Amino acid sequence: MLNPSGRDALLLYDLALVMFVGALVLWLLVGGLFVYVTRINPREMSRGLAEGLIIGGGVLFPVVLLGGLLVYSLPLMQAPREADEGMRVHITAEQWWWRVEYELPDGSRVTSANELRLPVGRRTGLILNAHRVIHAFWVPALGGKADMIPGRETYLSFLPEAAGTYRGQCAEFCGASHALMAFETVVMEPDDFEAWLDAEAQDATPPQSEEATRGAQVFAREGCGSCHTVRGTQAVGQVGPDLTHVGGRVSLGAGILGAEAPDFVNWIAHTETLKPEVAMPSYDHLSPDDLTALAAYLGGLE
Amino acid sequence: MTRPAPLPVAEGPYPPTEEMLNEPVSSEDQERGKAELRAAWKTPQGWRYISAVNNTEVGVWYSLTAFGFMLLAGLLALAMRVQLAFPDMTFLDADRFNQFFTMHGSAMMFLFAVPMFEAISILLLPAFLGARDMPFPRLSAYGYWCFLIGGCFVMGSLLFDAGPKAGWFMYPPLATEEEGIGPDIWLLGLSFIEVASIAAAVELIVGALKCRPPGMRVNIMPLYAWYVMVVGGMILFAFPPLIAGDFLFELQRSFDWPFFDPERGGDPILWQHLFWIFGHPEVYIVFLPSIAIAAMIVPTVARRPIVGYSWIVLSAVGTGFLSFGLWVHHMFTTGLPQISLGFFSAASEAVVIPTGIQLFAFVATLMVGRVRMSLPMLWIAGALAIFVAGGLTGVMLAIVPFNWQAHDTYFIVAHLHYTLFGGMVFPVIAGVYYFYPFIAKKLLSERLGRWAFWLIFAGFNVTFLPMHLTGLMGMPRRIFTYPESSGWGTLNLISTIGAFVVAAGFAVFLYDLLRPKSRQGQIPRNPWDAGTLEFSHDVPEEAWGVRSVPYVTSRYPLWDQPKLVERMDAGRYYLADAPDHQRETIVTSVIDAKPIYVQRVTGPAWITFWAAIFTGGAFIFPTFHIYKPAIVCGAFAIVCVLYWLWTSTARPPKEEMREAGLGLRLPTYMSGPDSVGWWGMWITMLGDATAFASIVFGFFFYWTARPDFPPADADHAIGVWVAAAALLGVLAWAATMLAREVNRRGNVKLARLALVLAALSAAAAAGAAWLAVRDLDPVSHVYPAILWALMVWLVVHLCAGIIMQCYCLAGSLFGKVTPRHDADLRNVTLYWHFVALKVLVTAAVLGLVPGWLP
Repeated sequence: MLNPSGRDALLLYDLALVMFVGALVLWLLVGGLFVYVTRINPREMSRGLAEGLIIGGGVLFPVVLLGGLLVYSLPLMQAPREADEGMRVHITAEQWWWRVEYELPDGSRVTSANELRLPVGRRTGLILNAHRVIHAFWVPALGGKADMIPGRETYLSFLPEAAGTYRGQCAEFCGASHALMAFETVVMEPDDFEAWLDAEAQDATPPQSEEATRGAQVFAREGCGSCHTVRGTQAVGQVGPDLTHVGGRVSLGAGILGAEAPDFVNWIAHTETLKPEVAMPSYDHLSPDDLTALAAYLGGLE
Repeated sequence: MTRPAPLPVAEGPYPPTEEMLNEPVSSEDQERGKAELRAAWKTPQGWRYISAVNNTEVGVWYSLTAFGFMLLAGLLALAMRVQLAFPDMTFLDADRFNQFFTMHGSAMMFLFAVPMFEAISILLLPAFLGARDMPFPRLSAYGYWCFLIGGCFVMGSLLFDAGPKAGWFMYPPLATEEEGIGPDIWLLGLSFIEVASIAAAVELIVGALKCRPPGMRVNIMPLYAWYVMVVGGMILFAFPPLIAGDFLFELQRSFDWPFFDPERGGDPILWQHLFWIFGHPEVYIVFLPSIAIAAMIVPTVARRPIVGYSWIVLSAVGTGFLSFGLWVHHMFTTGLPQISLGFFSAASEAVVIPTGIQLFAFVATLMVGRVRMSLPMLWIAGALAIFVAGGLTGVMLAIVPFNWQAHDTYFIVAHLHYTLFGGMVFPVIAGVYYFYPFIAKKLLSERLGRWAFWLIFAGFNVTFLPMHLTGLMGMPRRIFTYPESSGWGTLNLISTIGAFVVAAGFAVFLYDLLRPKSRQGQIPRNPWDAGTLEFSHDVPEEAWGVRSVPYVTSRYPLWDQPKLVERMDAGRYYLADAPDHQRETIVTSVIDAKPIYVQRVTGPAWITFWAAIFTGGAFIFPTFHIYKPAIVCGAFAIVCVLYWLWTSTARPPKEEMREAGLGLRLPTYMSGPDSVGWWGMWITMLGDATAFASIVFGFFFYWTARPDFPPADADHAIGVWVAAAALLGVLAWAATMLAREVNRRGNVKLARLALVLAALSAAAAAGAAWLAVRDLDPVSHVYPAILWALMVWLVVHLCAGIIMQCYCLAGSLFGKVTPRHDADLRNVTLYWHFVALKVLVTAAVLGLVPGWLP
């Protein structure tokens, strides 16, 4: 939250600064008073003064100060709960990745995973759910966090103000690989965003090279499609992340690896090492050739 | 048949005049009194030492055990700091790290912070009050053994790699779905310890209310005693919701009753409410006793009575009340309505006021006095610096929008350690330095103490100050690793280095505490020139506590009553001898502390030890889903407790009156509200009723929070059986009351008959309650499950009530309960008042409420 890039995060940054300076001043005052009465001037002072300190310092001063603080800060609760401006994203937390669905104006949804793209300057509503256990959704640069609870729906909205890539991470302990449940939020200029969303809604591009074609065969042979969806192919599994445009993402494994070919190989061969207790098994029985072919295929799904 | 004469009451002059107090005590009387007391209070020697129950022994064991668990939990923290020192470390794997952080939090809270308060209070409270012991010493011993067994069980699970790993807050569904026995160890092991904690709280409250010396009115009792009452009361109302939550949780884990499963009507948020209704008061349960230690040290250091005594008392009580209205600030991100967020935000800020008053009262006391910066005061100063910082970040966190950013990050880790180190660890260590001469009759080293202070103080800030920043930079809590690209590496490395400095400080402290000090010779009796009664104890130590129980007229008797110690030593005051070689302490009235009677205090016993072992079995076997041995252990535990009560409590005395000293003659037996046993029952039942209320709260929570409660086609409890249970339960209660009344009038036969009738109708009520819900399937939906849970709770209490009725019946048959000596029967009637209430509420929820549901 120290590099705010969203409207809500900026307001909170100001609030935090005000409170920090206030806290520092108060700490110095109390500490100074203590040092004064015990070290600098340890003579006996009057009882009236002492009792005045209890009432003034313990009652009057905090009532005024905290009253002011509440009046200033509580209205800031409004913004992150404001309705969206025509853009809603449904995010469901899984162990340990994110299912992301963009709701189009006609009500249809575009499915993606482990990455959130948002337009600059428009308030986007995030409808949050969780499968099986509780998680929390948090992108510090854009705003506060909200829990994701099975059987309940929570809501949060963001108003990004600058294009860029911001890290998000699960903030509620959710099991073995809680530490490895992150994602990137890519904030784009409105036009770029529209173009990206159109592309994202399309089916997967067929493999372009010979190696990628072989990768697609490995993908089918190993039964990857029983868990993963690649739209426009036989792969329609719903258990794991949608891979239709996985090659276009900036990270792998829910924000824990880059998205270059070696990262694909590393991830597929060592899933269980990289992410303890994850549902996907390590495909370390695949030959290096098969792995690079798979990487070529998946990397080509842009 | 004649109505028996009432029990005698205190007679003789009271309060004592100065003239009476000036009269010397003959040296034969002094020697005789000493010899008798020494014989009565002799500590068992050799291997029998562990059968001791005296507060000084049990208190020391308890404190050292809690401190030991703290060191172990600290080692877990060091291991975690090593893992987090650099990005992508592989020192601990995810599974072990998660076990470690879960156990670190759980152990620090349940095995250190709360037990430490109870340990210190058991050790010190009687001395503050000039009492010889706690009112129920065997209960303290039982609590201690439960704590030791439960603590070793929970902590030991780590050695088998089977520890709980869902966090100390155990949120379902993660914790309900977790495989293995980790969560069961947490739930059952810690419930077991919570029961022991409640037992200790009951005893401490009764101690502060009834065991004060004559003359020590409530408004002059040491502040520590006030804090004991407030904190004891908080434990009584805070732990039961968690126990109720544990009960529901374990039913889900063992029998698949879906209390927290959203698929079958349950709701994981209910656990969060129950947990934090416990969890937030818990913070103040940990913090207030430490403030209480400061409240004892500060006046001594300033050499002035505390300024603002009544303000402090009011604030302590206020903090206690407010702390129950803040729990939602742990749940600000769960999507609650803004209006409740605003309310709980303001309530959380409001707690600054009583806390501030207490801190400023200490500063004010230092202002009016002439301060001597002794070693304990140095620790208090460090506590103040750290706690104020933690309090200020707390003010920030209570602001909802800021909380949305900082919640569940390292900012919280920093905040909570600042409040707990400043509000608990530092004051407790200050207390160890301050009270060590009282406890061990030796002094700790000034030089080592300063080393320990500066190492821990500096190390603490190096560890936790950077964490504020780490959190704001986006590092969530409870992560076992982080990538290099996060930029959190340097700050984490600094924190890890600081953690080892803290550890070095604790090593110095531990060495100072445990090194042999036999060469030190005899220390002065009151090395700090304190004004309160604990420093009137004999040096070298005598096991009797106070030589005679003084008549107190001041908040600082050692300052204001100049001849007090001399007269105590001479045995001029009350209970200066023990003619029957029995342990005794004086029981006084709640407000004015007028002497009421002399209470026989129980002595060394093995039965408490066995009772704890069997209670442990009853809790530990179900962890492994082994139920038969658990039931056997439970039965043995009950038998042990009954034997213990039968042989050592409320027995009709040989002599009805006792010369208590200064011409005062006091009765040796009391029944009803004048006796400590009645208060113990009453206070225990308040806690028990709170647990019951929490389960009822669960019912109404589902009703308001879930649209499918009850499901449209749900089967309900069978009305006829519900009505029968209600009627029979009330009949059992009425018959118990009848037994008490006719017994008091001397009609023993009719009383016995009424008790038989009461037990039979209680059994029939339990049967009817079971029949009412027998056909419902608790696995299918949360609605039948919660009805079953209420039924189980009720039946267990009815069965306990039947055991108590039979106990009274046996007492009547074997001469333990007579028309004049009816303490047992009166306590059991009190228990039955609460059972009647539970019967009626349960019947209403089972039978009536579903009819009103939409």
